[in-house]
Amino acid sequence: MNSAFGVANEETFSPSVAPAQNSSRRASSAVAIAFENLGVVYPARLRGESPKLALKNLNLRIEQGEVFGFLGPNGAGKTTTMNVLLGFVKPSSGGARIYGLDVTDTASRQKLGYLPELTYYYKFLTGRELLRFYAKLFDLPQSEAERRIRDLLKLVEIEHAADKPIRSYSKGMQQRIGLAQALINDPRLLVLDEPTSGLDPIGRMKVRSIIQRLKDEGKTVFFSSHELGEVETVCDRVAILNQGEVKEMGSVEDLIRSYNLNLEQIFLKVIGFDENGNALNVAA
Amino acid sequence: MKKVLAIAGIVVKELYRRKDFYVLFIITVLLSLVMASVNFFNDDKIVRYLKELCLLLIWIASLVIAITTAARQIPAEREQRTLLPLLAKPVSRSQVLLGKFAGCWLACGGTLVCFYLFFGLLAMSREHSWPLLNYVQAMTLHWMLLGIVIAFVLFGSLVFAAPSSNTTISFVLVLSILVLGRHLNKVALQFSEPGRTITYTIYYLIPHLELFDVRDLIIHNWPLIPWQYWAAALAYGGFFSALFIWLGCWAFQRKPVN
Repeated sequence: MNSAFGVANEETFSPSVAPAQNSSRRASSAVAIAFENLGVVYPARLRGESPKLALKNLNLRIEQGEVFGFLGPNGAGKTTTMNVLLGFVKPSSGGARIYGLDVTDTASRQKLGYLPELTYYYKFLTGRELLRFYAKLFDLPQSEAERRIRDLLKLVEIEHAADKPIRSYSKGMQQRIGLAQALINDPRLLVLDEPTSGLDPIGRMKVRSIIQRLKDEGKTVFFSSHELGEVETVCDRVAILNQGEVKEMGSVEDLIRSYNLNLEQIFLKVIGFDENGNALNVAA
Repeated sequence: MKKVLAIAGIVVKELYRRKDFYVLFIITVLLSLVMASVNFFNDDKIVRYLKELCLLLIWIASLVIAITTAARQIPAEREQRTLLPLLAKPVSRSQVLLGKFAGCWLACGGTLVCFYLFFGLLAMSREHSWPLLNYVQAMTLHWMLLGIVIAFVLFGSLVFAAPSSNTTISFVLVLSILVLGRHLNKVALQFSEPGRTITYTIYYLIPHLELFDVRDLIIHNWPLIPWQYWAAALAYGGFFSALFIWLGCWAFQRKPVN
C-alpha cells in the first residue's frame, strides 16, 4: 500500500490532454455545467407525509477547467444535484446542461466520468472486464480501450489484481477501480461524489493527487466532499448548500479573505453553527 | 446495438458464473439418467413416458432459469446500486432494458441447447433415431416462449417493488396460461354477462404460451409443423416480447433511480 499509489501516478500516467496553464483555462469561457432555476421536490412516500423539497431554485455555472467543490451537511441536496446532472432524477422545475446539452440527452454523458460515493460494481467481473465493459458503453475502439485500460490499471495500481474478481478486492481497491472506470473515456468533466469517503489517509492523499493532476490537465471536476481541508487544497471555487439552497459561493481565496476564517469555520457559520458545532440562533 | 450487446454480455457472464444453471442442469441430468436406466421390457410407450418426463423437467428448469434470471436483473442493479455508474454512461434506459432482455434470452438459449443436446443423446440411445428438424422446431418455439416470459418478467420487475413477489406472480401467471389459457374460451361460455365478456377479453389479450408447447413433436415423433405456422408462431411471440419490452421501457423511464 505504501508503494506510493500517488508517486506511481506521477510516473506512469500519461495524460492524453496536454496540461493547460491556469491562465489559459481561465481564458476559456466554455460552460461545462449549468444549472438553471433547478428545483427538485420528492413526492411523499408515506400517507400523511408532505413532499420533500430537496432543491430550490439552484443557479450555478461551472466553467471548463474549474475544480468546483460542492459542500453541505448531510441532506443539503448535494447528491440530488448530482443525480439530476447524471439524469437519475428528473427536475421538478428548471433544468441542467452539460456542455450545452440537456442532461436528459444521453449524449451529454459522452465526455463525463462519474465516481459514486460507494463502490457499486459488478462483483462477478474482474477489474479488467469491468473497464472493458464500460469502454464498450463509450464506443471506444478496442485498441484504444485496451491502451486506456492498461494505463488506468497502472494509474490506480491494481495491475496485479486486474484479472481477479472484484468481490476479492479490498474497499480501497474497489474505490480505485471506481476511479479507473470514471476515467475510462478520458472525460472532460468528472463528477465525484465524496471520492475519499472510506479511504485511509494514504488513499485520500493519492486521490487528491489524481484530482490535482486532472486539474493540471484542464479537466473540469465537480465534486462533493465533507473533507474541507481537501476542498481547500484542490478547489478553485466552492458552493455551500444548505436545505436545498446555495447559501454561499465563490473562490476559496475570496471566501477566506472576506470572512477572515478558514474554510471549515466559514462552512459552519454559513450553515448556522458555531466553531464548536452548536447551532446558532439565527433569529437572535 | 454495440451498447445493448455489451450489457447483454454482462448478463450472460453473470448467469454462467452463478451456480443456478449448473445445479438445475445436474439435477435434470441425474433424474433423467436414473429414469432412463430403468429398462421396462423395451416397451415403446414406456420410452415415450420417460421422454415426456425428461422434457417436463427441462421445461420446468428452463422456466425457473428464465424467470429467476430476468426477475433479479433490474432490482439487483438498483439494490447493489450498479445502476448508478451504468446510467452515468451514455446509455439510455431503453438500451439497458433491451440489453437485459437480450442477455437473459441469449443465456436461456444457451441453456436450452445444453438441455436439448443432452435429451437428444439420451433419446437416441434408447430409440436409435434423431429427428433433427423436430428438435429444431420444438427448441426454437420453446426459446421464443422464454423470450415472452423474460420480457414479461422484466416488465414486472419495474412494476412490483419486491423481486420475490415478481417471481411468484410471474410463475403463477405463466403456469396458469400454460395450463388454462387454451380453455378460457370454453370457460367463458359457462358464465353469464359480464363475466363472459371479461373472460373472453382475457382470452384474447393474454399471450397464448401453450402455442409454443410442441413437446409431443419429439415425444411421439409426430410429423413436422408446417413451416409457415412455425414462422407465424415466432412472429406472434416476437410481437408479445416487443410489447412487454416497450411497456418495460415506458415504466423504466418514469422510475427515479436514486
